[in-house]
This record gives sequence, C-alpha cells and structure tokens, in this order.
Amino acid sequence: MNRAWLLARRRILSSIPVLLIVVIGTFFLLEMASGDAVDAYLVTLGGDAGLAQSLRERYGLDQSALARLWLYAGSLARLDLGFSVAFNRPILDLILERLPNTLWLMGSAIAMAFTFGTLFGIVAGARPGSAADRALSIGSLALYAVPSFWLGLVLSLVFAVQLRWFPTAGIETIASGKTGFARALDIARHLVLPVSALGFIYLALFLRMMRAGMAEVWRQDFVLAARAKGLARRRIVLRHVARNALLPLVTMLGLQAATMLGGSVVIESVFAIPGFGRLAHEAVAARDAPLLMGIIVVSAVLVIVVNLLVDLAYAWLDPRVGSGEASS
Amino acid sequence: MRRFALRFLRSPEGMVGLVLLACLVAMALLAPFVFPRDPLSIVGRPLIAPFTDASLPLGTDRLGRDVLAGLMHGARASLLVGVFAALVAVAVGTVVGTVAGFAGGLIDEALMRVVDAFQVVPAFLLALAFVSVTGPSLPVIVFAVALGAWTGPARLARAEVLSIRERDYVAAARAIGMHPAEIAFKEVLPNALPPVLALVSVIVASAVLIEAALSFLNLGDPNIVTWGSMIAEGRNVLRTAPFLSIVPGFGLVLTVLGVYLFGEGLVEAMAHRRGRQ
Amino acid sequence: MTTTLATLRGLSVSYRREGAQTFALRDVDLDIATGGRLAIIGESGSGKSTLALALAGLLPPEASLAGTIDWPGLDHVPVAGRDIGMVFQDPGSSLNPVLTIGEQVSEGAVRHLRLGRATARQRALDLLARVRIPQPQAALAAYPHQFSGGQRQRIAIACAIAASPRLLIADEATSALDMIVQAEITELLDTLVREDGMSLVFITHDIALAAKLADRIAVFRDATLVEVGPARQVLARPSQDYTRSLIATHIDFSAPRLIDERA
Ligand SMILES: Nc1ncnc2c1ncn2[C@@H]1O[C@H](COP(=O)(O)OP(=O)(O)OP(=O)(O)O)[C@@H](O)[C@H]1O
Ligand SMILES: [Mg+2]
Repeated sequence: MNRAWLLARRRILSSIPVLLIVVIGTFFLLEMASGDAVDAYLVTLGGDAGLAQSLRERYGLDQSALARLWLYAGSLARLDLGFSVAFNRPILDLILERLPNTLWLMGSAIAMAFTFGTLFGIVAGARPGSAADRALSIGSLALYAVPSFWLGLVLSLVFAVQLRWFPTAGIETIASGKTGFARALDIARHLVLPVSALGFIYLALFLRMMRAGMAEVWRQDFVLAARAKGLARRRIVLRHVARNALLPLVTMLGLQAATMLGGSVVIESVFAIPGFGRLAHEAVAARDAPLLMGIIVVSAVLVIVVNLLVDLAYAWLDPRVGSGEASS
Repeated sequence: MRRFALRFLRSPEGMVGLVLLACLVAMALLAPFVFPRDPLSIVGRPLIAPFTDASLPLGTDRLGRDVLAGLMHGARASLLVGVFAALVAVAVGTVVGTVAGFAGGLIDEALMRVVDAFQVVPAFLLALAFVSVTGPSLPVIVFAVALGAWTGPARLARAEVLSIRERDYVAAARAIGMHPAEIAFKEVLPNALPPVLALVSVIVASAVLIEAALSFLNLGDPNIVTWGSMIAEGRNVLRTAPFLSIVPGFGLVLTVLGVYLFGEGLVEAMAHRRGRQ
Repeated sequence: MTTTLATLRGLSVSYRREGAQTFALRDVDLDIATGGRLAIIGESGSGKSTLALALAGLLPPEASLAGTIDWPGLDHVPVAGRDIGMVFQDPGSSLNPVLTIGEQVSEGAVRHLRLGRATARQRALDLLARVRIPQPQAALAAYPHQFSGGQRQRIAIACAIAASPRLLIADEATSALDMIVQAEITELLDTLVREDGMSLVFITHDIALAAKLADRIAVFRDATLVEVGPARQVLARPSQDYTRSLIATHIDFSAPRLIDERA
C-alpha cells in the first residue's frame, strides 16, 4: 500500500505544473477571442457603455492580460471558476450539475468497452489465426473506423425510432416521478444507446490491443514454461497469457480518458443528454469564454484524476511497478 | 525499396487500404470536373429520393442540393484536413521532440510538461475551443486538429532521439565538430522518422473524425460541403429520409478504414524489412 | 541393472518457416536410461533444444516429427509437468512476472496431484525449502523480480519438480548464470536427481559441466547425433574428430578466458 501512496504523491506533485500550463494556455487561447464576457453580457441582457465600464472594473476586465491571468489563477485556487453570463450562474455550480451525467455515460462506456473488449480479445488471442480470431479482428477493425456520432444516429434510428426499444434522447424520462430502482432502470434504458455509440470504438480498440498483446505474450519463455508444467490450456490462456496482456490495456485506459471525454461532447449532443460535454457545445454556441475555460480546466483535472486511478490500478496489477524493474 | 513495395502490395490489408484511398483521392480530384457547380447550390426539388432521377442519381437533400455532388466534394474536405493536420502535427511534434531529446535538462523537462498539458486536455475540446475563438475555416480546422495530435509524434521522436543519441555516429559527428543542432537535424531526425511515420495513419484517421465531428456540430467551414455537415443536415429529416445521414457516414467509415489498413500494410512491410536486417 | 526410460528411433524434426523446411534433428537413435544422467552437448543450432521439446511433447505447431519415441520405462505416454519436468536457460524470463512464486511453484502440483489449497501451499513451501530459497514462507507471496538470477533458477527448478516427475530436462539451465551460481545450481540438480531417483537430461555447451554431472554424453552437430557413450569414454577417447575438436576448443578457451575477462 505504501508503494501506491508514493506513486500517487509523485503523480499529484508532477501534475501541478501541467495543470498550470493548461490554465495559462487556455487563458491566452481565449484571450484571442474578440470581445469579452461583458460584451456577451450586453448582447444578451442589454445595457449602455457606462454599465459596460463599471462591469469591466468590477471583474477586473480593464486590467492587462497578465493581471487578469493572476486574478483568474487566484480565484481558481479558491475553487472559484467565475460566473457564466450565458447561463447567469456560477460556472462551478453549472459544471457540477452537469458532470454526473457525463461520468455515468463515460464510466458505463469504459466499463462496457473494457469488459467486452478484453473478453473478445481473449477469445481472438487464445488461438491466433483461428476462424474466431479472423472474424473478430476484421469486425473490430471495421467498428474501429466508425465515427461515434454517426453510429449514434444509426443506432437511434434503428433501435429508438424504428424498433422503439429505447428512448431517443435525454438521460431520464422527464417528470416521470420515478424513484429508486425504477429511476435507475429508466436512466439505464436511456444510456444504452449513447453508451454503445461512445464505447464501441473503444471496445474495438481494446479487442485489438488484447489480441496483439496476447500474440506477443505467447512467444514469451514463461508461457513455454507453463506449457511444460502441463497446465490446462484454459489456465495458460487466462492466468499466464491474458493476465500479462492486460497490462498495456490498463495503460491505454488512462490515455483514452481524454479522447473519450472529447467524444462525449458529440454523443451528448446527438442524444440530448444534459451533460458536461453538451455544456461545452452550449458554451461555444453562446460564445461564453469563461465557461469554456472552466470546462477545459475541469476536464484536464478529470483526466489527471482518471490517470492517477489508472496508475494505481496498474501498480496493483503489476508487482514490478515501483521496484526499479518496472517494464517500460 | 522495390522489395518493400512488393511486400506492401502482397499484404491484403495494404492492398485494400490502397484501393480505398485511391478511390477516395479519385473522388476528391474528379469532383470539380464532374460537378463544376458549387455543391451547396440548389439544383432541384428538395428531398428527391435516390435512384429516381437519372440526372440526380443520389437525389437531393432538404434544401434541394445534389447529394452525389456533396459526397464527392466532401471527400476533398476530409482528405485535406486529414493530410494537412497530420503533416502539421508530425512536423511540429518531431521538431519539439527532437529538441527536447537533444537539449535534455530543464528545456526537456519544460517541453515535456507542455506535452503533458496538451495530453490531459481532450483533443476535441481543444479543437472546439480553438475554432470557436478563431472562427471556422479550413486552415483553422487543420490547425485546431493538429493542436491535439502533435504530442504523440513529439513523445516518439524524443524517445527515438534519446536512444539514438548515444550511438556511434552521433559521437563521430560530435568529434568532427558539428553543431548539436546540425547533428539533430541532419543525423538524428532522418533516423527517428520511420516510427513517427507509423503513427501517421492513426493521426490522419483521428483528424478525419475530428473534422467530421466539428462540422457535425456546425463548427466546420460553412462555405464548403463536408460529410459531417451533410450528416448534420440529414439529421433534421432522419425519420423520413435516413439515407441523407447514412450515406456520408459510409464515406467516413471507408476513409478511416482505408487509412488504417494502408497504415497497417506499411507497418507490416516495414517490420519485415527490419526483420531481415 | 539399468532399464530404459525412453528409446528414440529414427527421430527427425523439421521446422517449416515461410515455405522453407529446415531440419533441426535428422534420424536420431538414442536411449535414455532410467535413473541415468545424459548430457547433451553441441554447438548452437545443432538441435539440442528441439530434442528436449520433442521429448516433452512441446514442439510448436510449425514443427513436424518423424520417427518414434517410446517410453518402455513408463506404463503410459508421458505428460509434460507430471512425468517430465523442464528447466530453461533464462531464469529471468521463464517465470511469469505478475504471478506470485507460491502460485507458480504449486500450479503444476495442483494440476497433476489434485491438491487442495492448503496442501498445495504446503507443497510449495517444501519445494522452496528443498531448492534452498531463504525464508520460503515469505517467498510464497513474493514475485520473481524480487529474487536474484540464481534464486530464480532455483524457483524454476522447484516448479519443474513440483509433481515429482520421473525425468528432469535442464536446457542450458546454468548458461545464463555466473560461475559461482552455476556451480551451486549444478550441485542442486545433482542432489535433487539423486534424492528423488529422477532421470536427468542435461543440455549444455560446457563440456566440463557435462563431465561433472553426467554418466553418458551425446554429441550433436548439424541436427545429427555425432556420437554417444559413457561420459568417461567420450571425453577420454572420442571416436569422432568433431568431438575431439570440441574438447580441444574447450580447453583452449577455458584457460585464457579468465584472464581476458579481467582485462
Ligand atoms: N520454432 C522454430 N521455427 C523454425 N526454426 C526453428 C524453430 N526452433 C528452432 N529452429 C531451428 O532449428 C535449429 C535447431 O534449433 P535448436 O533451438 O534446437 O538448437 P540448439 O542446439 O538448442 O541451439 P542453442 O545452443 O543456440 O540453444 C536451428 O537451426 C533453429 O534455427
Ligand atoms: Mg537451445
């Protein structure tokens, strides 16, 4: 456990400068936008030049960019992400309200993709070159090339519009009054299609990685040693080959967290899920730069946290981590 | 080189990829000749069903625009963004990675933290923000996509430089008195390139997908037709004319598939060549 | 009175790779005596490992086998792990890096002796003690990377003898280790084989080692068996020029090598 703690501390420390760069970079990126939050405010709510002036003074928008960056960083440190003009609410509230939906969506998509990806990957990798292997690798390659938002449309066309098995949009039935288990079931039904649309590409990715990883592990000496012990084939495949091939997949899980979060922007728009990703789209549409900024910073934090969790999982799965002989 | 080409042609993946990409390039190149009119212009009644009108083989969309023309012109946008975004990403990434690997010390540390920073921000979100700030146009989209893609080549190039750095010929170049920068770009870069190139197919594919997603969200270049915008447009009549959204999607699938297969063929042919040596 | 454990007659093994067929063993006739210690020597690529794999029935699918291997010393076709234990060259890679030592040592015994959890654990403990791993209790829950090369090879040996096989095949089990550790492992193998009455097939490049450990020596070259006989006879009065030259080069090399390595 000590090992995990050391690892976590090192990771957290090293992510501080990274987060700082994200904040600075995003700040200057959005600085390039024409007009500031006050302009956006005036456009939506109306007001004269005098109001604009006083608002700018109040939010420090009349100061130099560096001074404002300093102000922004200061308020970030107090967990204050600022105020969204478009939604007329504190940005942090807005994000915290939207985040759970996205976490459910992403979490389910990752769980689905990882479970089925590894399972099918094991089936394919257990006998390289077999018919099952060929079918699965061709299928996964095709799936891997499908854009998630288009897959979402096709899935909703078939399963929601035509077959009516699942609802077309939203995260739950509005004003249904459902509670407890019934509500969970309702949400699950709403999530099936978006989770599939978001997760299938990763399912294909994990399948392909698992298969390739197993092909690699089959050539290792310890697999021959395991065969020389006369173990059952099942045990060799699962305990020796798949167990080792799983490790790079876990690393991939962390790397894909950012991509998946990006993917949720489109999927949430397709399925009208009021989540974090859709919020990003809405922020862009409303030209709400501070909101967009807050979204980017929070997503970076989220990705860092997921990576930390993945690192801990990896350390748990690979006893070599932290002993100076970790495999690269 | 010839043997390499032969090997590539003999691998089924490479062959299928090559054919798919060749069709795509042909579509993109022929589009202005076959359909000289702006594909965004209205040519007939809205929502003509496909295969009903000989002059409009794939029918028209909600506004009466030629679907086939859009499909062929759309290939241009996908290809352009895919290729140029990958070029920019690989160029920037390779330079940054090489500099970091060679400079070492504080510069390396700083550059790698920047790479980390770009990797913890979702590439799509970054592209979204960049396009929303600078306004949607094809060059901006190319750059926006490259923004999220250069870190892979940078890491790879750096790793490669670190491994090559201490090998003999760099030491020899040092002894001759070449400037470190000269060594970096004359000796190391060409050697670090092959594995970076292997990454290119992944970058091109993801660039095509990101561009499509951006234009699906109405953040693409409004003056040209793209497959993403066609899918978004068709979505409005998804129940009555699903064809309009589905067909451009197949264009995307086949493009991405072609890129992956082509890349896989290349990597396989390269691996064989290395195995020989 | 020695009985024969295995008889090989006209044994040929070829590998098929990219359409071409290469012979790794060609028409080999060889007997392995019950309780005997056979050393197999020969240069790299002469087919030694292939012979080991063929004996254990572990040839890869691209290999095809002709001729016969009979087991008059056993009343059934041998099963790898239960009747034949194998130790490989590189102890660094022949243990699974992510499984505990306890699991890896006991899994063969669990499979072939149908042991329960507790007995398997006790068995692993005994085995680790037998191969003289310090603190076997702690070693059960440890992982391969926590041991030295020599200790890993001891653990690999424990894995190989877990189900009390009749035949132990050591394929260059000491080549990857340094001198002193090599001697220790050799001694350990010697002890184990003697105590359990196992037969031993010992593959090596090192003629001195063969001389020390084996009662019979078989010399391979280019996939063929060049000569086989009692160790003393093969070493003292080799019947083939090739064997003579092997012995000669060994003597040539061994003397100055120590000095070279220090320079
Ligand atoms: N799986 C395989 N596929 C194709 N050829 C093989 C395979 N395994 C071994 N060979 C070939 O068979 C021949 C004998 O190999 P083998 O490993 O038995 O030699 P060896 O005597 O054990 O050599 P070494 O002392 O280097 O271990 C070699 O020419 C080798 O290239
Ligand atoms: Mg060998």
